[in-house]
Amino acid sequence: MSIQTKNETWLILGASSSLARAFAAEVAGQGHDVILAGRDQDDMAATATDLTARFDIKATPTAFDAMRMEQHPTFAAAIDAMAAGTLNIFLVFAQMPEQDDIDADPTLVVPTVTATYSGAVSVLHCLAPLLEQRQAGHVVIVGSVAGDRGRIKNYVYGSAKAGLHAYAQGLRARLFKSGIGVTTVKPGFLDTAMTWDAEGMFLVSSPQAAAADINKAVTKGKDVIYTPRFWWVIMTIIKHIPEAIMKKLAF
Amino acid sequence: MSWKSLELTGWGRNSHQTALTARPERQKDLQRAIGDSLAQSGLVAHGGLRAYGDQALPRGDDQHALLTTRMNRILAFDSATGIVTVEAGMCFRDMIRAFVPKGWLIPVSPGTAFATMGGAIANDIHGKNHDTQGSFCNHVLGFELITPDGNTQQVTPDHNLFRATIGGCGLTGVITTVTVQLKKISGNCVQVTETKIKDLESYLIAFDEAIAQNVDYTVGWIDGLAKGKRMGRGIFETATLSDETIELKPAKEKSVPIDFPALALNPLSVRSFNLLYRNRFLRKSRTTLTPFEAFNYPLDAISDWNRIYGKRGFHQFQCVIPRSEGERALPLLLDTIARSGAGSFLSVLKTMGGDGRGLLSFPMKGYTLALDFPHKAGVEALFRSLHKITADHGGRIYLAKDSMLTRDEFDAMYPNADEMRQVLASLPHSEKLTSQMAARLALTGDAA
Ligand SMILES: Cc1cc2nc3c(=O)[nH]c(=O)nc-3n(C[C@H](O)[C@H](O)[C@H](O)COP(=O)(O)OP(=O)(O)OC[C@H]3O[C@@H](n4cnc5c(N)ncnc54)[C@H](O)[C@@H]3O)c2cc1C
Repeated sequence: MSIQTKNETWLILGASSSLARAFAAEVAGQGHDVILAGRDQDDMAATATDLTARFDIKATPTAFDAMRMEQHPTFAAAIDAMAAGTLNIFLVFAQMPEQDDIDADPTLVVPTVTATYSGAVSVLHCLAPLLEQRQAGHVVIVGSVAGDRGRIKNYVYGSAKAGLHAYAQGLRARLFKSGIGVTTVKPGFLDTAMTWDAEGMFLVSSPQAAAADINKAVTKGKDVIYTPRFWWVIMTIIKHIPEAIMKKLAF
Repeated sequence: MSWKSLELTGWGRNSHQTALTARPERQKDLQRAIGDSLAQSGLVAHGGLRAYGDQALPRGDDQHALLTTRMNRILAFDSATGIVTVEAGMCFRDMIRAFVPKGWLIPVSPGTAFATMGGAIANDIHGKNHDTQGSFCNHVLGFELITPDGNTQQVTPDHNLFRATIGGCGLTGVITTVTVQLKKISGNCVQVTETKIKDLESYLIAFDEAIAQNVDYTVGWIDGLAKGKRMGRGIFETATLSDETIELKPAKEKSVPIDFPALALNPLSVRSFNLLYRNRFLRKSRTTLTPFEAFNYPLDAISDWNRIYGKRGFHQFQCVIPRSEGERALPLLLDTIARSGAGSFLSVLKTMGGDGRGLLSFPMKGYTLALDFPHKAGVEALFRSLHKITADHGGRIYLAKDSMLTRDEFDAMYPNADEMRQVLASLPHSEKLTSQMAARLALTGDAA
């Protein structure tokens, strides 16, 4: 791991998840400041104290709600004022109700898609100009293997992630002009609170391992990564299953 | 809050229980999980599940389990005083990694880095420095406890639940945060001297000398198979805090990927292991600078090492014998063990400086001996005779390791057992917080 000498700021969007916490610890461990954005203020305050105590960096919690898109412009302005120098973004929030629950209660579709897709696109679109002005920075967008192929088990969530992947591709081309990298991360099964009671998980990896992987990809300026890497193989196979067969599969 | 059905087992893998388990990552979810399970048939809290026996196991499959390992943040740290408050699921490895670089050391640590602060309080754990530092709770300034009635209490040494919670096997409530006084240090390692010892008598002399010199750490590794004149031979390790800062190599983690078949562990392999261990250096003694992690946690270098005992699991025997009885009781114990042929990879002998602060704290001034035995026919009878020798000499068995004490044996060893029962009986809804061990020792419930 290379110790970066220049002090940068990482804005963590959705800072209460275990992947967010692990990634924040990764970059704080390299001496970068972090802004923790999310809804659970007490939780983020605790994480901020923790990171400050461990790594002697500046960690600032701030309120952010992906669903309140009308507030995103003001949020971006506040971030602009808080972060001097290079600003990097790590976006990880999403909502993933069980597909069965969504099927039983279709009003869950809107919050799922808003939190996972529209809210993400909205806040990134408000923040992109800040990075362009600074002509520096890096954006990490956490997508999902679920976005690679629509499956009966989670296609509402999966389709929102697929949309996010496409947005990331466009944003990558736009920010490339300003020398800013965009990394799309597609985690396989992570051992987090969100997946604690999920069934049928295999080859599960820890948030810490995923965070270290992602940080390495950022350093190398990768565009798209799977973490752990073998998910690339699994998803390549799944993506190539003909639709005529896929529709008969129950996973 | 999500729950999933999980088969839980202690480190010795000798007892198992399936239970609905939650693993909260945030204070809010922790509170909710505790509230939900108290409203139903109760819970047991866990940390790293490094207790060997049935101490952290739910009593039945309707009782919930709460894994605290993701509650592991530093909540406050004063770099001037070294006073730190952390969430109770924080483990020793994190404490070492976070604070040693800042010049502060968690003063007492067990032999595994994966034990948590909550677990450290629940067993009032000790390290290789009991003579100089006492046990873990000697450094605890306070903690937050959610009692079985669902109330949150700030517990400091003057609180009526302090003595019952220290070494209290998690029965007074769920510990959610812990405040400890760290110790100022100027290096990141210890200077270790290892010396070969030929028999038990020489051991006791070596310990006496080290204690007289106030050496920071002392521990003895004993060949548990050696009989007769060689009984007690092994390697004696002393260490002092060093002022030096050495470069830390990132540890390559090895692991035991499968359960070993029962055959792998036989008297011959155990004998060879002890021979190799004794001869890992050839001279009579050697001195090295060793980082805290490597010094404190030699066994953690191989993760899941408990699997070498196979599916049947194993038991650890650990007793403490009053100082004045050491010369008599230790030979009896070692002789009984060597003659049983039950074989133990490594036996550990340490000294203890005095009593702990809890009603059920394990330590007393004396010697503590620990050995592992595979679970098989005859092991229970062996433990009964070891328990008897221990009790006859005024000693006691460490509850963190135990899965076999009977209520009567326990009562004979722990003078405050009844006081503990009274405290628990007077706690509203204490029946909501129980465990297999609590039932076995009649600490809670109808038999108490
Ligand atoms: C390799 C190895 C070496 C060891 N060396 C030593 C040693 O040198 N000295 C020593 O003293 N011990 C030693 N131990 C034992 C170990 O330190 C203790 O068993 C310790 O309590 C384990 O902590 P844990 O977090 O894993 O707790 P668990 O095993 O998960 O639980 C142990 C007890 O603590 C309670 N508990 C855990 N967390 C909480 C909480 N938040 N609130 C309330 N109750 C809680 C549980 O209910 C249970 O009763 C060793 C164990 C191993 C495996």
